Amino acid sequence: MSTKPLATTRSVMNIPTGRLAVWWVIASEIVIFGGLLGAYVMFRLSHDAWAEQAAVTNTWAGAFNTLVLLTSSLSAVLAHQAAERGEGKKAARLLHFTILGGLTFLVVKAFEWTFEIQHGYTLTSNLFWSFYYTAAGLHGLHVIAGMVLMFFVARTAARNEELQRVENVGLYWHFVDMVWIFLFPLLYIAK
Amino acid sequence: MAEHAPAHAADSHGHGHTSYVKIWAILVVLLIVSIIGPEFGIRVVTLITAFGIAIVKAYMVAKHFMHLGIERKWVSYILLVMLAFMLVFFAGVAPDVLEHDGQNWIKLYEEPAVGAGHATTTH
Repeated sequence: MSTKPLATTRSVMNIPTGRLAVWWVIASEIVIFGGLLGAYVMFRLSHDAWAEQAAVTNTWAGAFNTLVLLTSSLSAVLAHQAAERGEGKKAARLLHFTILGGLTFLVVKAFEWTFEIQHGYTLTSNLFWSFYYTAAGLHGLHVIAGMVLMFFVARTAARNEELQRVENVGLYWHFVDMVWIFLFPLLYIAK
Repeated sequence: MAEHAPAHAADSHGHGHTSYVKIWAILVVLLIVSIIGPEFGIRVVTLITAFGIAIVKAYMVAKHFMHLGIERKWVSYILLVMLAFMLVFFAGVAPDVLEHDGQNWIKLYEEPAVGAGHATTTH
C-alpha cells in the first residue's frame, strides 16, 4: 500500500489533488483581495482628494517592484518547466532565484515604508493610508509565505523528489504577482 | 513526473523556454506603457494605460504562466465565479459609499484634510 499523500497519488476530475487544492486557495484569495481592492476603489471614486495622497507614493519604487515580481514569475514558470523535464536541481536553482526576487521586493518595500512613516504617513493618517498599508501589508505577507514555501519545495526538488510541488508553489506565486499588478496602478499611478 | 496531468506537459503545448521569455518581455513593455501613459495627465489615457493594461497583464500571467489556457475549463469557471462574487459585493455596497445622503440617512464621516500625514510628522 502506498504511503504517499493523497495530494500526489489521487487525481480528482483529472487534476492532481495538490494542484486542485492550490486552485481552491487561489479562488478564496480572489475574494479576500477582491473585497479589499473593491472597497478601495469605492472610496477612491468618492474621494478625489486621495489623488494627492497617492502622489506621495514612489511610482519608480512601485514600478521596479512590478518588474521584480514579473521576473520572479518568469523564473517560477521556468522552474516548473525544468520540473516537468525531471531536472530537479535546475528547478531548485530557479526557485532560489524566485525567492531572491521576493526578497528584493520586500527590501524595496521596507525602504518605501520607512520613508513614508518618517514623513508622517502612517496606518492611521487617513483612509487612503489605512488602505495602502493594509493592502500592501497583506500582499507582503503573501510574498513572505510564498518565499518560505518555495524554500522547502526547492529542498525536495534539488533531490529530484516531489517535483509536482514546483508547479503548485509556482501557481501561488503567479497569483501573488497578479495581485501586485493591480495594486501598482491603484496605489502608485492613479494620482 | 507520472503524477502530472497530461494537460500540463508544458513543452507539448508550445510553451518552450523562448516563449516564456517572450511573454515576460511583452509584460515588461506593457509595464513601461502603463508608467508612461498616465504622465500625459489625460484621464481616459490614464484609465486605459494603467488599469486596462493591468487587466491585460493579469490575463497574460494567468493564461501563459499559470497555464489556465490549457487547464481544465472548470478551474477558470471557479475563478470567474469568485470574481462575480466581488462584483456582487461592489454593486451591493458601492451605492452606500459613493452617495453622501439617502432617504433615511446622512453620511456623518468626514475625510481628514489632504496632507494630514504631515500633521503627525515628528521631524
